[in-house]
Amino acid sequence: MIVRFASIESLFYLAALIAIIASLKVVTQKNTVHALLYLVVSLLAVAVCFYLMGAPFAAGLEVIVYAGAILVLFVFAIMMFGLKNDETKYAPQSKGLTIWLGPCVLAVLLLVALLFSFDSADIQQQLNATVISSKEVGILLYGPYLLAVEIASFLLLAGLVAGYHYAKPDAQGGHL
Amino acid sequence: MTAIPLEHVLILACILFTIGFFGVIVRKNTLFMLMSLEVMLNAVGVAFIGAGSVWQQADGQVMFILILTLAAAEVAVGLALLIRLQQRFKSLDIDCLSQLKG
Repeated sequence: MIVRFASIESLFYLAALIAIIASLKVVTQKNTVHALLYLVVSLLAVAVCFYLMGAPFAAGLEVIVYAGAILVLFVFAIMMFGLKNDETKYAPQSKGLTIWLGPCVLAVLLLVALLFSFDSADIQQQLNATVISSKEVGILLYGPYLLAVEIASFLLLAGLVAGYHYAKPDAQGGHL
Repeated sequence: MTAIPLEHVLILACILFTIGFFGVIVRKNTLFMLMSLEVMLNAVGVAFIGAGSVWQQADGQVMFILILTLAAAEVAVGLALLIRLQQRFKSLDIDCLSQLKG
């Protein structure tokens, strides 16, 4: 019944709506950890949008690098901050379910959208016709865009060195 | 040509970018500003992927990968600076930075 009405467009609009709601929640939250939860949901929703736009490689990268690596970096930094003087103490006290219910509902909706797209043979056929494979991306990346890849690697090296230098404690000779 | 019109993808990218931009402008906590920057970079990625899928070119995904590396480097440096800020001022308020003397 519902499966018959589910087209690529409607699934895309659902994922886009979830991304917008989650992004709004990220900006308006008081507690940093709750905002991070919503940020994960927002990135996952954008990944589903990528998948529905025929870019499964970009969707995988979004989940692995953004929702995986960068978010873990945020979590580590928040743990180092200690949160004692943060806005957290002004946030309402824990009310059981309510804190993680919002992100959970949004994530489950995303999962349902993804399962619909897997389940429907029609959508799968449409997606397969328009997909841009990782092979094409790789050929382009190491052909015309080789210089850009080199510059990106320099940027990552600079980020590594700067992150190591800035975060070094004063006792170990770190100074700005 | 995908089933999703390019206009709608660009509208989504615009909305996400605006949300992130207002987050950067309105919030005073630097950690939230960094998160809003992530949302903004993500919106740009949506626009690139959408355009790439409409014209059936892989260039959009290449640009997305470059944006991804940019975001990773930016977050690493930004969070290291925030750790420094927290150590010195015991606060993540952006207004603390106005006390810095060169």
